[in-house]
Amino acid sequence: MLTISLTHYVVLSAILFSIGLFGVLSKKNAISVLICIELMLNAVNINLIAFSKYITPNEFIGQIFAIFVITVAAAEVGVGLAIIIAIYRNKLSVNLDEFDWLKW
Amino acid sequence: MPFDTSLLSIEMLTAALGLAVLILGIISPASAKKGLGWITVIGLLGVSGAAIGFWGTQGSVYSGMYLVDNYATFWKLTFLVAAVLVVLGSMRYVDNLGGQTEYYSTLIFATLGMMVMASAGDFITLFMGLELMTISFIILVCFRKNESKSVEAGIKYILLASMSSAVLLYGLSLIYGLTGSINIYEVGRIVAMNPVSPALILGVVMLLAGFGFKISAVPFHMWSPDVYEGAPTPVTAFLAVGSKAASLAILLRVFVAALPGIWEHWAMVVAILAGVTIIVGNLVAIPQDNIKRLLAYSSIAQAGYILVGLVTATEAGIKGVMFYAFLYVFATLGAFTVATYFYNITGSDKIKDYAGLSQRSPLMAVVMLVAMLSMAGIPPLAGFVGKFYLFTTIVDNYLWLAFIGLIMSMVSVYYYLRVALVMYRDEPADSTPIKVSSPVAITLVVTMLVTLIIGVYPGPLSEVVNAAAHSFFLQ
Repeated sequence: MLTISLTHYVVLSAILFSIGLFGVLSKKNAISVLICIELMLNAVNINLIAFSKYITPNEFIGQIFAIFVITVAAAEVGVGLAIIIAIYRNKLSVNLDEFDWLKW
Repeated sequence: MPFDTSLLSIEMLTAALGLAVLILGIISPASAKKGLGWITVIGLLGVSGAAIGFWGTQGSVYSGMYLVDNYATFWKLTFLVAAVLVVLGSMRYVDNLGGQTEYYSTLIFATLGMMVMASAGDFITLFMGLELMTISFIILVCFRKNESKSVEAGIKYILLASMSSAVLLYGLSLIYGLTGSINIYEVGRIVAMNPVSPALILGVVMLLAGFGFKISAVPFHMWSPDVYEGAPTPVTAFLAVGSKAASLAILLRVFVAALPGIWEHWAMVVAILAGVTIIVGNLVAIPQDNIKRLLAYSSIAQAGYILVGLVTATEAGIKGVMFYAFLYVFATLGAFTVATYFYNITGSDKIKDYAGLSQRSPLMAVVMLVAMLSMAGIPPLAGFVGKFYLFTTIVDNYLWLAFIGLIMSMVSVYYYLRVALVMYRDEPADSTPIKVSSPVAITLVVTMLVTLIIGVYPGPLSEVVNAAAHSFFLQ
């Protein structure tokens, strides 16, 4: 019977992180990019909790860290959506390709 | 174990000040809101006084989660001074813009985030400080919410900042998984005892990428010119000095305290990063015609110089970083305050509109000149001493890097002097004199005097940073 070990969690987290990173770099819609960033942060949470369970089972460092990550991610998304609404009012679009007032 | 919460009093005072400004702003009538700037300045000066009282205190709260030492106190003072100068220089700008309540309280919370970062003893505190600072800055960057450029800068900043935070966190989680600890100094002991694993190297690379973004090191710098140009100019100034200095503080803490055991694996990477940053920052600054973009690229180059101090991971290197970061704060704030005030009067950021500034406002022109010459490292200004301290740490083993620094400093003189030439040689298109209001004049004179005095007489500051760098290794 297959038992689930630390490796499985870490691999899952690595895959999730990679999907998120790919999405951030390839998606054109600002909201999709925000969602992909959430994927990356959740990959981190899986990592933290798995390490907490297997590496330091008597302490709750990883769990506490994960709660902080979730809280901060919520705050970040709140600000992010507010900015997306503000830019939609200016530009009537959330397509990142069209945000080109600033060029280097 | 009883916790000595008095060690946290500076942070508590800052948080209280931020909330007080927020409440005062809500209950006071619109006509009285102009006073909020002065309340912020006085409050921050009071907190700085309390922070000076902490000089020499060595301790930690919550079993190493929060560290108080000279190193942290020095950085906190740097942030507080930067915040005071930014507020002084931007009062008029904010009064024109409206929304003083939110501006000043968010700015105070950003400062609080930086202070938490400087004192962070474990990864959770590090992350909380970093995010408090970053989210406050995101709000400040898109503060002119009806102006497209500002909001666009905001969206670029939030997407890239949260991505870099995620990368940084993944690195932190890997290091936690490999060591079983999140306390920075404990991680350092465990890493030194165990053999190096590829996963640890991956974690370190991710940390470097995450922090490299925050200090805008090449190749993670792409956001900074756009954000610097789009953000309101005082915010750009604070972003350029505060955010960068705070990220450097925590970068040093993590790399020198937690990862010295695998120093030979990251030293070369940091050296190359520093070299590339110096080259790209200086070369791309040359064709810029917007003063904010020019200063953005010059600040990228400055980040490269500062990174040089990390390469050796010694006390001398830390000292060089702190010394240079302190000077950088004053030089950059001087230049940006001139840009802010100039924009207030003329509504332009173009370098060609600075023509004849020496006739219109000699004070602004001379402050800009001193700031830029200091950043270029011309003796006897402070920047020269700072670069001297930084590069002496690496001449023995990394001569090529010192060489890059030297050549690129010469290149930088070209674009800095181009601005000076426009200000002093060209005839103004509109020769009405610019009258500098008193808070701005205070900022300008302070930044210029500090740059001049430290350049001629670096002894006292040098001793202070020595003590601060020394305390770093006592935890």
